[in-house]
This record gives sequence, C-alpha cells and structure tokens, in this order.
Amino acid sequence: MPAYYLEIAIVLLGLGLLLADAFATTLDRRRLGYIGLAGVAGVFAALVFGVNCQASEPLWGFYATDTAALFYKGLALVCTFFVLVLALEYAPVLESYRDGKPGQRGLGEFLCLPLFLCAGLMWMASMTDLLGLFVTLETVTITFYVVVAYMRRNAGSLEAGVKYLILGALSTGFLIYGLAWLFGLTGQTNLAAIKDVLADWQGDTTPLLFTMALLMVGLAFKVGAVPFQFWIPDVYQGAPTPITAFLSVGSKSAGFIVLIRLLEPLLASPIRGAVLLMLAVLAGATLLVGNLAALTQNNFKRLLAYSSIAHAGFLLVALAAGRPAGGVTPEGVVALYLGTYLVMTLLAFAVLVIVRKAGGSDEIAAFDGLAKRSPFLALALVLAMASLAGVPLTAGFFGKFFSIVLVAGTGQWVLLGLAVFGAACGFYYYFKVIRSMYWNEPAKDAPPLVFSTLTGAAIIFLGAAVVILGVYPKPLTGLLAP
Amino acid sequence: MILAALIVVPLVAAVAVAAGAPARLTSLAAAALNAVLAAAAVLAFKSAEAGHQLTTTLFTVLPSPELKLSLGVDGLALVMVILTALVTLGAVLASPAAVARGSLRLYYACVLLIAAGAMGAFASTDLFFFYAFHELALIPTFIMIGMYGSGDRRSAAWKITIYLGLGSLVLLAGLATLFLKLGGTTFNIPALTAAAATANVDAGTQSWIFLTLVVGFGVLISLFPFHSWAPSAYACAPTPVAMLHAGVLKKFGLYGLLKIALPLLPLGSQSPWVLNLLLFALLGNILWIGFVTIAQRELDLMLGHSSVMHMGYVFLGIASHHVAGLNGAVLLMFAHGLSIALLFFLNGKIRAGAGTTHFDRFGGLAKQAPRLGLMFGLATFASIGLPGFANFSGELLVFFGAFKNVAAQGAVWLPLATILALWGVVMSAVYGLRAFRSIFMGQPTANAATVPDLTAADLATALLFVVPLLLLGFFPNLLLHLVRPALAALTGQP
Repeated sequence: MPAYYLEIAIVLLGLGLLLADAFATTLDRRRLGYIGLAGVAGVFAALVFGVNCQASEPLWGFYATDTAALFYKGLALVCTFFVLVLALEYAPVLESYRDGKPGQRGLGEFLCLPLFLCAGLMWMASMTDLLGLFVTLETVTITFYVVVAYMRRNAGSLEAGVKYLILGALSTGFLIYGLAWLFGLTGQTNLAAIKDVLADWQGDTTPLLFTMALLMVGLAFKVGAVPFQFWIPDVYQGAPTPITAFLSVGSKSAGFIVLIRLLEPLLASPIRGAVLLMLAVLAGATLLVGNLAALTQNNFKRLLAYSSIAHAGFLLVALAAGRPAGGVTPEGVVALYLGTYLVMTLLAFAVLVIVRKAGGSDEIAAFDGLAKRSPFLALALVLAMASLAGVPLTAGFFGKFFSIVLVAGTGQWVLLGLAVFGAACGFYYYFKVIRSMYWNEPAKDAPPLVFSTLTGAAIIFLGAAVVILGVYPKPLTGLLAP
Repeated sequence: MILAALIVVPLVAAVAVAAGAPARLTSLAAAALNAVLAAAAVLAFKSAEAGHQLTTTLFTVLPSPELKLSLGVDGLALVMVILTALVTLGAVLASPAAVARGSLRLYYACVLLIAAGAMGAFASTDLFFFYAFHELALIPTFIMIGMYGSGDRRSAAWKITIYLGLGSLVLLAGLATLFLKLGGTTFNIPALTAAAATANVDAGTQSWIFLTLVVGFGVLISLFPFHSWAPSAYACAPTPVAMLHAGVLKKFGLYGLLKIALPLLPLGSQSPWVLNLLLFALLGNILWIGFVTIAQRELDLMLGHSSVMHMGYVFLGIASHHVAGLNGAVLLMFAHGLSIALLFFLNGKIRAGAGTTHFDRFGGLAKQAPRLGLMFGLATFASIGLPGFANFSGELLVFFGAFKNVAAQGAVWLPLATILALWGVVMSAVYGLRAFRSIFMGQPTANAATVPDLTAADLATALLFVVPLLLLGFFPNLLLHLVRPALAALTGQP
C-alpha cells in the first residue's frame, strides 16, 4: 500500500467529521472525537504493519518514503492521538471561552482541525521538494494560527494567535525568499538534485551563505531557536493547552524534519563549515536563553514553553555535531530525542489539563500538595519532570546522553559545557514542580481532580512508556545507526 | 542471577509499598533478603580469580554502540555490594514506624529506591547503567530531605540535588569523551578496560579526561572545593537517607575512580599536574574541613563535616597508585561506610529523643542511656581510627602506600601530603572525643532525660555495624583477599 494513502485517509476522516459537525446538529460532539481517535489509531496500525517503504519511487520526485519519513509520520499520528484525548478532556474549558448554545460552541471543529494538522505533518515528513515542503509547512502553520486563537472569549488566546500570525508570517517571508534564492542558484526544486548541484559548486560562496542565513531565520523561528524564540512563551501560554502540547511536540518535530531535509544539500556544499558553525552558535545561545529564562517561571505552561526552547537547544547541539560519533548519527539522535520528547511532554500536558480544568490556573502553585490530592497524577508528573530533566532510567535521558556523546566527539568544548550547564539548570526548574507537589500542602479549598477513564488510560500508557523507553528505547532507535 | 535479584528485590518492594503493602514489614523483608543474597554472592565468589564473576546480561538496549544491562562483580564491586546490603538493612531498621507529616509508604518506597539505585550502580558492568543506576537515587533523595528532613531541610534538599545533578552531568561529559576516545563502540566496562591498553590515547588528552572525571566524581564524593552540599544535606536528612548517602552513595564516586578512571586512563591518572591538584584538594578535605568540623557545635553537622573530611584519606590512597594505598582505600571505604552509618543512626536516636543535637544542651547522657553511650563510643573510636577497628587498618595502609611515592617520581608531592594528612587523625580525635564528652559525660542535663536508651532492636542494629568493624580491624584480610586480584591488575599497569 503506498504511503500517501495514509494522509488521504486522515484528510478524508477530517473532512467527514467536519461535515458531521456541520450537519448533525444534535450529535454529541465528543463522539466526533472518539471516531477521530479510532481513525488515527487505525491509520497508525496501517503505517506500522502495512506500508512498504522499500520499493516505492518518489512521486514525481516530491514524495519519499524513507525510514525517516515513516518515523516522523508515526510521530505525527501518535501526537495527534494524544492531543485528541487531551482536547476531549479540555472540552469544558474550551467551551467556556466561546459563544453559542451549549453543545454548539465549536468543540466539533476543534476536534477535526488536529486531523488536518496531522495530515500536513505527515505530508511534510515525506516531502523532498522545495515547493512541497513550503506548501505542507504552510498548511500546518495556518491551521495552527486558527487553533491557537480558538478560544475567542479569552484574551490570552487571541493575543497568542495574533502574535503567532504576525511573527509567523514574517518568518515565512524569510523562508520563501531563501527558497527562492535556492531555486535561483541551482535551477532545481528537488532536494536531491539541489544537493548534486551544490556539491559541485565552484566559485563564490556568498550567495550560498546568504541563502543559508535566510533559510535559518525561517527555520529557527519554527523550532524556537534563539534569537527567534520570542513568540514561544506567549503563544504557548495563551493557546488552549492541547494545542500547546501539539505545538510543543508536533510543530517542533516538523520544524526539525524540515531543517534536516533543507540543510542536507547545504551540508554537502562548500559552506558546510559555516552551516555547522551557525548551528553551533544557535544551539549555544538557545541552551543559555531557554534554560536561564525557565529558572524564574512561576507559571507551569510558560515554564513548559521555555523548557521546549531549551530542548530545541539540545536538538540543535546534536545537529551541530555534524558527523556520527560513538555509533550514532545526528539525524538519528534527533529522531530518538523527539520520540522520547513526545512521550514525556504529552504526559506533562495531560496532568496540566486535568489540574487546569479543576482549578482554573496554570500556575505552579496550582500543583501544591498534588501528592496528597491525587498520588496517581503526582507520580505521573514526577515521571514527566524527571524525564524532561534528563534523569537516567527515564526516556528523556537518552536524547541528552547521545547529544552529549555527539558533541564530545567533535571536541566543541564550549558547546559541551553549555549543554552540561543547561541540563543542570533543568534540575532546578523541573524539580520546582516536584517540590510543589510533595513538599507543599494543598490549598484549603482545592477542588477535586476529575478526569475521564480515557485520559487516565492515556496517562498510564505515557507514564509506562517514559519508564520503559528509559531502559528499552528499541522502538525509537531505528534511525540511530549510521 | 544473584545480582539481578539484589537489584530487583528492593525495586519490587518499593513498588509494592507504594501500592499499599505494609510499609515497614515489606521493607524489612526486602532488606533482609538482600543481606542474605549478598552473603550468598560472597560465598559464590572465588577470590583467586581475577575478572568479573556472577555475570549475567539481562537484555540488550542497543546493538551498536554495544549497550547492555549486564551485571557482574569483581572483588571491588563485591565489597561495595556487601556494604550496600549491610547499610540498607541498617537504614530500614532505623526508619521510623510512623511519620509526622506525609505518608509512611512514600518514606519507605524512597528508601528502597535509593538502595536499589546504589546496588545497581555497583553491580553493573556497563558504563551507561553504572551511571544511570546512581541517578535513580536523585529524586527520592530530593523528596525525602525536603519532606521528612529536619532543620533547614528545603534549602539542603535543593543544594544536594542541584550540586549532585551538576556533578553528575560533568561526569557524564567526561564519560562520554572517554567512551569515544576508546573506540566508541561499546559501553561494556571490561571491554573498555581491554581497549584502554591498546587505544594509545595521548597523555595530554588522558590528563584532561581524568581531571574531568575527578571533578565529576569529586562532586559526588564531596571533594574540596565541591563539598558544600554535603554537611547540611546529611544534617538535615532523615536518618536512613543520611545513612545511605554518607555510607554508600558517597562511595560510588570513589568506586568509579577505582573502577573506571584509573584503569581506563593509565597515563592520565599519573599525570603530575592532575595529581598535584588532587593532592591540594584532598588536603583541603582533611585539613580545612577538619578545622571546620572542630568548630561545629551540633552533632549532626559535625558528623556531616567529618564524613567529608574522611574522604580525603581515601583520595590519598587512590592518588598513591601503590598497591598498599589502594587496598587501604578500599578497606577505608568499607569501614567508613559502616562507621558513619552507625554514627548517623545513633545521631538519629538522640535527635528523635531530644529534638536537638547541640552539644551545649547535653551532658551525662551515658548515665541515663548506657548502651547508647557504649555504641556511640565504639563508633567514635572507629571513626577516629583506633587500632582494632577496620578504619585504622585502612588508614595505615593508605599512609604507608602514599608515603612510598611511586606515582610520577618527584613531580608529585605525595610524601609531604601524607605528613600533612596525618594531622587529620589528630583532628578527628579532637572532635570525636569532644563530641563524646559533651554529650555523654559530665553532669546530666534536662535533655539527657528525654533520650531513651537503645532498645534490644536498636542494639542489634548497631551491632550489625560494630561487629564487622571489629572483625575487619583484627582480620582485615577477610576483606582484602577479595579485592587483591582486582587492585593488583590496576597497579600492574605503567
């Protein structure tokens, strides 16, 4: 079965649910969510068992199904699945910030849009053409603009949407200009052909450097690298929490797959040294800013935003190494890191959704005494925080470990020192949440924490994944070996 | 299988306790079982053979680079396993039957997790899991000190967590570089040791990696000047956590130096400038911290500082590169682990009774609590290094070995450092005896009446530590014959 059937299936599913939302006025919108979940799970099963990635010829040179593409498709599907679970849990909060009759406040649409995001992300993973990359990137970004501003009566959500729109449009402008330059220099839109042209590049490399700079502006915005990270804290904090989770995991993965694909021709060209230097500088700055800024945060959602910048720094450290070391490749480490990042971030956001729904606040103080109120949720969040901090024997350690191995292999000691410093900072701000849960007493009028069985099952699954992947990362190591 | 069981038993017990099994009973059963398993491991171990024994590979994490959960013990690791099992049993026996705040289940679960982490770190023959298991103790420690500790527990908990976190990350950077320099294909420690002999890494690079490892491990061992987390952390920690940290987890760093840094970096570990730095630091531990310990007026802080101070001797033994020095270092690690655990246990009893451990508030406690006084006296004399206790044998070997100065002829100031280090013995006598006199001798004060004497169970717990200390004091070969092959291999290298 060709791989593009998967995206077609997701798009059709999304359209079907959208039509159902439009015309079936008395339907419980949650049903749409359940159908969406079943559909995504089915497509994921088809991906794992059905797709043959060896033989297929790229569609007109646009669409490839190499191992990396299939891995990122799988990431997108898993992420969408859990985001839909979180969206179903978050529904009461969402509906309180929108107008309309009860049951008709836009929940249906909110459950369909992640499916289109998923399709866009899956397409993006396979794209090997400049135009294809751009179109799918824009599909995803514009859909994100819509869902970030979804809570119309919440000023924070609207502000986040506007900020994301304006800054995103600006960065897209830089990106498309860079893509235009790339096309102009090489006369090709297919990435493999571009790589061939650039590898034989003679003469002045200034146009190449200019192109690289333009592309890096656009891509650094997407992944949240310094100095283009300013949108992340406000957009993450204002957006509906399930969408923040999707941004944090899905958008970041998309940004990195695009970064890897676009940088591949540039790394084969004469400006390879400059590209790696640029990545190293970005990585170092991102590690510093992301970690230092997170130290002072008192709002859990904003803390997660800055921590996602810090994690982007680690991922860039892996890419800045530029060559395999110790039996692992940079692209493989990025894939492993993103896979573990998905599990631990979604776990943290799941607990946040439940606490936010009960107490109405995203502050760290809202987690006070969680160990007493709900030992189950407290344990889940401890696992998530430990994994994000990079405590060994949790999933999050492998990514940091192999990033450090890669950078130690290149002898970039400053970057290694910054990575060590960044990880140490993490011990403070992630453990602040653990402190709040265990050391502090719960507030007198703390509301009871209620969550559905589906969310509970999702938390158990993610928590188990964090622990199991900590010692047995086999499902995620397919791309590691050179 | 014995080694796998040694790790799995406390882990399973921790999960069971968290899920609702009777906390104290389950933990005691697990700790007792671990002690039995450790004894079985000793009986199954053939001390004449070099290399790792009782090896198992539980599963493969990655084929390339070779990363497996493989377990095995050589003599050195076996000594550490015995120490961990003994101190775990003591720590669980020292844990209370009820806690004032928080849940008892969480308390015992955390103690068991710390013990499991320590056991796993010593039993691993894979570099990755050696590092990873030690970190298992980080979060339980954070929770335990912050929730169940005493005094300024919150800031102590932050200090230990961030300091140990930073130290272990520096260590990780060093281990990652070492792994790559030795081929970057395997994490298996015996394989890496074999590769180190043929890898031809130049001396300069080796020195820098060795320095990184010394700093990384040094933070975990509270090497001067990276020691400031330790005294307050041990003083504020609940008794079982203090016993496990000061007794066992601190030794992890020393074990790492002996098992990994010395064998894998033969040239780097002998480089004069790194050794001089190390000597400077360990003298800081012995002399500077020694003086600070003398200035302490509270027993728990004094014990915390003294445990930092005694690490200086072990470092001296390691720096000596002499077979006597290394044997002394291992014996002292074992002896200090037992003696400091016993001292913290007794300190916990005093603090639980009187609510304070300040010297000025006590006096004449020995009249009212003679068993407590006897045990404390024995523990103090062990810690000072009185002949007859294992600590003396260890320190003696360390001093003889270091004074020989076989390491990097001339450029290293080992003999001078040894002479200066000898003063540490005097200092520990000063503060140890002063503590004993202040608390147990003289006129009884009001606080003395509130501290009950040791019950029969407490006495048995204390004897659990005293008996090995006396036994090894008179017959140190009982322990040393286990480690001799492993350490002989170490010093056989150039």
